[in-house]
Amino acid sequence: MTTRPMLTRYRPPRFVGAIGGFIVVTALTFLGLLAITFFIGRVVPIDPVLSVVGDRATNAQYEAARVAMGLDRPLFIQFVSYVGDVLQGDLGRSVSTGRPVAQDLLRAFPATLEMATIGIIIGVLLGVPMGVIAAARAGSWVDQIIRVLALLGYSVPAFWLGLVGLALFYAGLGWVAGPGRIAVFYDGLVPQVTGLLLVDSLIAGNGQVFWNALDHIALPSIILGFFALAYIARMTRSFMLDQLSQEYVTTARVKGVSEWRVIWVHAFGPIRVPLITVIGLSYAGLLEGSVMIETVFSWPGIGNYLTTALFNADMNAVLGATMVIGAVFILINKTSDVLYRVLDPRSR
Amino acid sequence: MREWLLTESPASRMQASAGRAYRAGGQLLRNPLAVVGGLIILLLIVTAAAAPLIAPASPFGQDLANRLMPPSAAHWMGTDELGRDIFSRVIYGARITLMIVALVAIISAPLGLVIGAVAGYFGGWTDRILMGVTDVFLSMPKLILALAFVAALGPGIENAIIAIAITAWPAYARIARAETLTFRNSEFVAATRLLGASHGRIILRHVLPLCTSSMIIRVTLDMAGIILTAAGLGFLGLGAQPPLPEWGAMISRGRVFILDQWWVATMPGFAIIIVSLGFCFLGDGLRDALDPKSAGKS
Repeated sequence: MTTRPMLTRYRPPRFVGAIGGFIVVTALTFLGLLAITFFIGRVVPIDPVLSVVGDRATNAQYEAARVAMGLDRPLFIQFVSYVGDVLQGDLGRSVSTGRPVAQDLLRAFPATLEMATIGIIIGVLLGVPMGVIAAARAGSWVDQIIRVLALLGYSVPAFWLGLVGLALFYAGLGWVAGPGRIAVFYDGLVPQVTGLLLVDSLIAGNGQVFWNALDHIALPSIILGFFALAYIARMTRSFMLDQLSQEYVTTARVKGVSEWRVIWVHAFGPIRVPLITVIGLSYAGLLEGSVMIETVFSWPGIGNYLTTALFNADMNAVLGATMVIGAVFILINKTSDVLYRVLDPRSR
Repeated sequence: MREWLLTESPASRMQASAGRAYRAGGQLLRNPLAVVGGLIILLLIVTAAAAPLIAPASPFGQDLANRLMPPSAAHWMGTDELGRDIFSRVIYGARITLMIVALVAIISAPLGLVIGAVAGYFGGWTDRILMGVTDVFLSMPKLILALAFVAALGPGIENAIIAIAITAWPAYARIARAETLTFRNSEFVAATRLLGASHGRIILRHVLPLCTSSMIIRVTLDMAGIILTAAGLGFLGLGAQPPLPEWGAMISRGRVFILDQWWVATMPGFAIIIVSLGFCFLGDGLRDALDPKSAGKS
């Protein structure tokens, strides 16, 4: 009996498949998101036609407006044209600002991005070491404190922490500036390049604006950072405990490798890849968490835009903001997913 | 009694489950944080049930002469802008919080269980479609989705509960599916099928009961998130409407006075934190007790 010769076929590098799958899955998820926002837009008890023609319109006027808005077509056709509009960046017009929703969101997005980015940096810089230390000293009082601190991140309402922070550090101690993104008299002093005020003021070389903006962003981004820290520390601890119970760690210890090296090189090495997913997820979570924080701090970002639109029953703006936050959330989510698969050496 | 509970060969189904509960309970009692968590939840339930007996004043009784009074012996948590006793309102708020978490759990857990079990049991296209939908919901930001749903349905506590339940079920579906897959091809399922049991009977009577313990853990761990979302909706004016003493809505009312009368907004927040922490502690403990695989982790 002869063995068949091994067929060597050309196989594309693995990341090609991963990225191909990523594009398909992300596109389908976006479509799902659009289906949800479309559905929400349909079940609204407010009749969109009535809000245009007013309740004194005759039946004929009402019908004409309904046809003009395309609401007489079958739902599926309406959905297709909705997807087409969104793909072209048309999210409708906001009733309260009078501008296209897409334009409003584009203006608000950098503010949210700036705050969430500083938040995630704080969360990673503090959360990862805390998780590692907690795992290295599992069961000690350090571990208990970090555990409870992390669980607090799951139990404290963000808006409450924001209010208490304002009362304590702004009104009480005067350490930070109050709500808003910048003091009124500095507003609009530096030209907009990136929309990130800290970066723009540095580009313009305006130190006063930079320090004032930093003063304003400190408290909200530290609070956001705390929530990222909680999640990251908890996950890091759990990953580290997993590694530290493996036999190779015992082997390293028996060989006489220093404890520091065992923890930070041997055990921490393998968890870097899963940590990327965790950091990605918590970054996405911060974009969501910023809704509450922005409302409390009157921060002119997407979250604040969303809640303001909610109060004005401005459905186009609500759905537009929901969609944009959802889209960014999905994108970060799926990107960290694919990064994990590309970077994980086990699947190479 | 102890021997009967711990016997290796239980004579009845009831004895077996009682023994399992006894062992898990013993595990749980050895975990101090879990005990604290359990006590907090117990306290929440007792407070909610006996609110009229515990509260010193009516949660709605206005007393404009004593508005915005700081915490004192008469008003442990001070009074709000209408002179209502904040402590009493926090006590009555326990009822609303308990109702919200209970209803969300009752709606979303069985929904997720059935969807996940059906997907895992049948496999193939059923699985792909159901899990596709689940994944779409799972990769959405929950709070934002709940916000948009309530915005569409109209503000109110019932709609807030529906919106939170809509965003909560996918995680349960994932768990139920994973659990179902592990014993879908096991012999006891095959034996039941050979005995002529219908698919519905197998799923309901043989698959779902095995998913419950991981489901209980997950639901308990999710409770904190549900409470926070409900409070957030209340804070934005989309959840419980005034004058209902919902904790999130109370914080929202106190927002105006935060700089001078800090207690109005702060006190209900402590209630939220304590109850959420309680659920986290208990959930962690339950996981360690019921799911020995991941014991000791986070």
